[in-house]
Amino acid sequence: MINFDYIRMGSIASAVKALDKFPDAKIIAGGSNLIDLMKRNVMAPTKLIDINPLPLKYINKTKHGVQIGALALNSQAADHELIKTKYPLLSMAINAGASAQLRNMATFGGNIMQRTRCTYFYDTTMPCNKREPNSGCSALTGINRMHGIFGTSDVCIAVNPSDMNVALVALDAKVILKSAKKERTIAFADFHKLAGDSPQLDNHLQKNEMITDIIIPENQFYNNSYYLKVRDRHSYAFALISVAAGLEMDGQNIKKVRLAMGGVAHKPWRLYDAENFLQGKIASQQNFEEAAKIAMKDAKSYGHNDFKLALAPSSIVEALLKASHLS
Amino acid sequence: MENLLNFAAEDTDRTDGILKVTGGAKYSAEYQIPGITYGVLVPSTIAKGKISNLDIKAAENAPGVIKVLSHLNVNNSVPRYAKDQALIIDRNINKVFYDDQILFAGQPIAMVIADTYERAVHAASLIKADYQKAPHQTNLELHIANAVAPNPNAKDYVRNQIDAYKDAEVFIEAEYDQPNHIHNPMELGSIIAHWEGDGLTVYDKTQGVFGSQRHYASLYEMDSKKVRVIAPHVGGAFGMALHSWPYQDATVIAAKITNRPVKTMLTRMQMFTMVGYRPETKQFVGIGASKDGVLQGITHKAWAVTSSFDNFTEGTVRPSQFMYKCPNVNTIYRLVKMDVSNPIWMRGPGEATGMYALECAMDELAYKLKMDPIELRLKNYAVINPENELPWSSKFLDECYEIGAKKIGWSNRNPKPRSMKENGMMVGYGVGSGVFNAGRSSATARATIDETGKLTIQSAASDIGPGTGIMMKKVAMDAFQTEGKEVFVELGDTNLPPAPTQGGSNTTSTVGSAVYDVCTALKEKMVQVYHQFMISNGQQHAYENFSFKNGAIILAGKSTSYTDLIKKAGLKELSVTRESKAGNERQKYAFNSFAVHFVKVHIHPFTGMVKVVQVVSAVDAGKIISEKQARSQMIGGVVGGIGMALTEEGIYDHRFGVYANNNFADYHVPVHADIPPIDILFVNKPDPYINPIGAKGLGEVSIIGLAPAIANAVFHATGKRVRALPITLDKIGV
Repeated sequence: MINFDYIRMGSIASAVKALDKFPDAKIIAGGSNLIDLMKRNVMAPTKLIDINPLPLKYINKTKHGVQIGALALNSQAADHELIKTKYPLLSMAINAGASAQLRNMATFGGNIMQRTRCTYFYDTTMPCNKREPNSGCSALTGINRMHGIFGTSDVCIAVNPSDMNVALVALDAKVILKSAKKERTIAFADFHKLAGDSPQLDNHLQKNEMITDIIIPENQFYNNSYYLKVRDRHSYAFALISVAAGLEMDGQNIKKVRLAMGGVAHKPWRLYDAENFLQGKIASQQNFEEAAKIAMKDAKSYGHNDFKLALAPSSIVEALLKASHLS
Repeated sequence: MENLLNFAAEDTDRTDGILKVTGGAKYSAEYQIPGITYGVLVPSTIAKGKISNLDIKAAENAPGVIKVLSHLNVNNSVPRYAKDQALIIDRNINKVFYDDQILFAGQPIAMVIADTYERAVHAASLIKADYQKAPHQTNLELHIANAVAPNPNAKDYVRNQIDAYKDAEVFIEAEYDQPNHIHNPMELGSIIAHWEGDGLTVYDKTQGVFGSQRHYASLYEMDSKKVRVIAPHVGGAFGMALHSWPYQDATVIAAKITNRPVKTMLTRMQMFTMVGYRPETKQFVGIGASKDGVLQGITHKAWAVTSSFDNFTEGTVRPSQFMYKCPNVNTIYRLVKMDVSNPIWMRGPGEATGMYALECAMDELAYKLKMDPIELRLKNYAVINPENELPWSSKFLDECYEIGAKKIGWSNRNPKPRSMKENGMMVGYGVGSGVFNAGRSSATARATIDETGKLTIQSAASDIGPGTGIMMKKVAMDAFQTEGKEVFVELGDTNLPPAPTQGGSNTTSTVGSAVYDVCTALKEKMVQVYHQFMISNGQQHAYENFSFKNGAIILAGKSTSYTDLIKKAGLKELSVTRESKAGNERQKYAFNSFAVHFVKVHIHPFTGMVKVVQVVSAVDAGKIISEKQARSQMIGGVVGGIGMALTEEGIYDHRFGVYANNNFADYHVPVHADIPPIDILFVNKPDPYINPIGAKGLGEVSIIGLAPAIANAVFHATGKRVRALPITLDKIGV
């Protein structure tokens, strides 16, 4: 492990000021991913800015939805009455991830920022464009069972590992980013990026910015939400495929629908075309299957993950059946 | 002893239970030695070739570094290395840091010794190795043509006609693949080595302190008595600590060279290449029967991975030679030597691998015969061991089928594949049998009564988890008819009377019998002492009518405490040491433990995710000495079997010859959510011939047969035979 400086900040203003001053610094909150990465020499920040004392641990009901501070714990949100009753999709997704111990440490901001679990990213003896740009992608022709099928590039086929992110993208969340100079709010769907030719960057967060808040607009999906996580064991495993489905029903008709997938792309993957197809249609297995077919357009597999081409559409159907209480 | 264990039959907690759950049990890395230093290993990053340059300067200059060891400075310092020039490395002579050759990825190439662990870790990261790479081979499929016999002089097993199954009215042929299963007990490989003068003390993670003692003594060609190995608590081992590994030798050497105590703990990543694994094995089974299900022939072939430098061999095909009554059996076992680290026995060793294939094949045959899989097994039930033609000392396998089937509700099962549903899930039931040698070797135990009335039982056996301590205590409790308050057990130390390495389901039979024998001898001695005391006091009494109860010796209703007895005799203590071992009964009978595992699975129709929802394991392991611990041990084996069937696989990236999942996020052991309610049913009938306590052992049969039971249940649920473990959802398909 390389030596690093550690500073602890008491206010948002001082934290973003420090970020401005030390562009190579990393923010640490729960540390449930960053510490592992540092121990394995995957990341070696020269400075850690501990933001735990910042007043960002809230979950507040607002006029148009809910506002969640970046330091709110995953477990705090999953167990929160408002989240459980009005945004159950988020609660389900969070509880599908990690372990109780990790959810008790991991924060919202940290979960959003967690890095891929691609084995080659973690193994510093292997080429990996994400860890070391231009060194090559070992996963492309290697062990790629966990890897992406949507929006992949020739330089990186890693996936975003978060469950929470899948729910957030489905729920049209927004994220507030703050720097010393300004504050901006962007759609959560635009926060993460595809690998493209810069896989070393997971998202559009600038070096001098930090996440302060996540905003979820009010919605009517709470009676018809489901988070399906398909994985190699029944807990404590990253998703092979996950599907977040939220429906607003009017009798048999789908008034509104939100669909997103995890384990398939470099970012939480929203299924806009499938949503458009389902909007206004009757909730039926046939329509769900058609929507799944639409969602799978442009999917591409890499050998070990070929099975995802069949598993993903069945998972979409299953999640929709569950969300609409048809199964 | 007729009333054996009736007195101590009630559940009793393990002797180390409270210590373990309160952090009081000291594991090998936890001993506090003044002046301790820390060793951290640097693994090779290539699978084959040689080190062309090793740059250790930065590491040597890093803060806190005491020494950097490698082949550059170790070779001449170890006497044993000079003696075995021809052997580069093997299981028993690790030859760590011997020369510049790289034989597998993850081979230790250097060790940093520093004053703190963190400094050693940092310095280790500064070591730069340049390699001259050579082409490596880690892919069994591609290398199988180069398979060799483990012993070129040994003949393959043939009973009567070869490949007779092909002439049977009904037969099946199938291949079964099993990947590497990596040793990953909770406690990592860890050791402290401490030289004082020419004496060595080792706090070791080992399944046998005497085996370790011999091994370390041999490195320096010294008298074994000068080496003390201490291992009273072991945090799981499952076979990985059956012998010493390069990391342990490196630590002993480092402590010698630096003249300081050195502690080494492996990382989880290093566990994947430094402490062995259940080897990847490809198997073929051909099995045939008459239309009414009478077996005609079994052919069982296995190709197992081993390293380039060791013929590691298992009993993979052995169960097929005697499990079922079958006139014609032939087996072949071959090794595929590749550029990989050494395998080692893992729970159920080869038999778990072999029975996976045989019990799946039996299921396939049963379906082809349109016969109940249990009926097929009972139809070919062997009463006499068909391999050596000896009667079994005891065999209640038939009872296991009966009680297990009843418990899981086998008769409610619709045998038709893909026919059963429950809560939207596809339902499958499966069965698999397990068999393992019921051994007994030799062990010595000491029993001592001191003047405070304390009874101490000592034997050097390790307790890697099964509860050997309470097993020893319960045998003593029964012998002395006591609730056990005054009984204490000491184990896991070469200063104690010798016991064999813990492994192969041997310990209860061997050490338990030694404890029984020594307690019997001590009781006789106590009676003699009492007798002499009475005579010297001019008192007459009936010599035979003694009994023992709760810390007292009783004659004609008169109770004398042990303390009084010792005092009366004018002694400090009374102590007896006895060696105890098997006799010629081993020539007269076949000795085996048996188990039958029943499982029920749910399979999600859209995703193929398998959930084991119930397990029933029925076991014939002779007399159960301590039911609570036996049950726990069985549950542990079942959990291991679930991992074997559904989740565990060491995955190589063959391009580099390295593991691509050498961590607990990617190498999946079952977690709580994967474990269903587990019913353990013991036949609990003493074996009349194996030993004086009637116990046969069950550590291995707890896992043997579990994986095929799950594979067979997956077939029953889906109609699809998945013949490669682990049965992940992609193999099932949706």
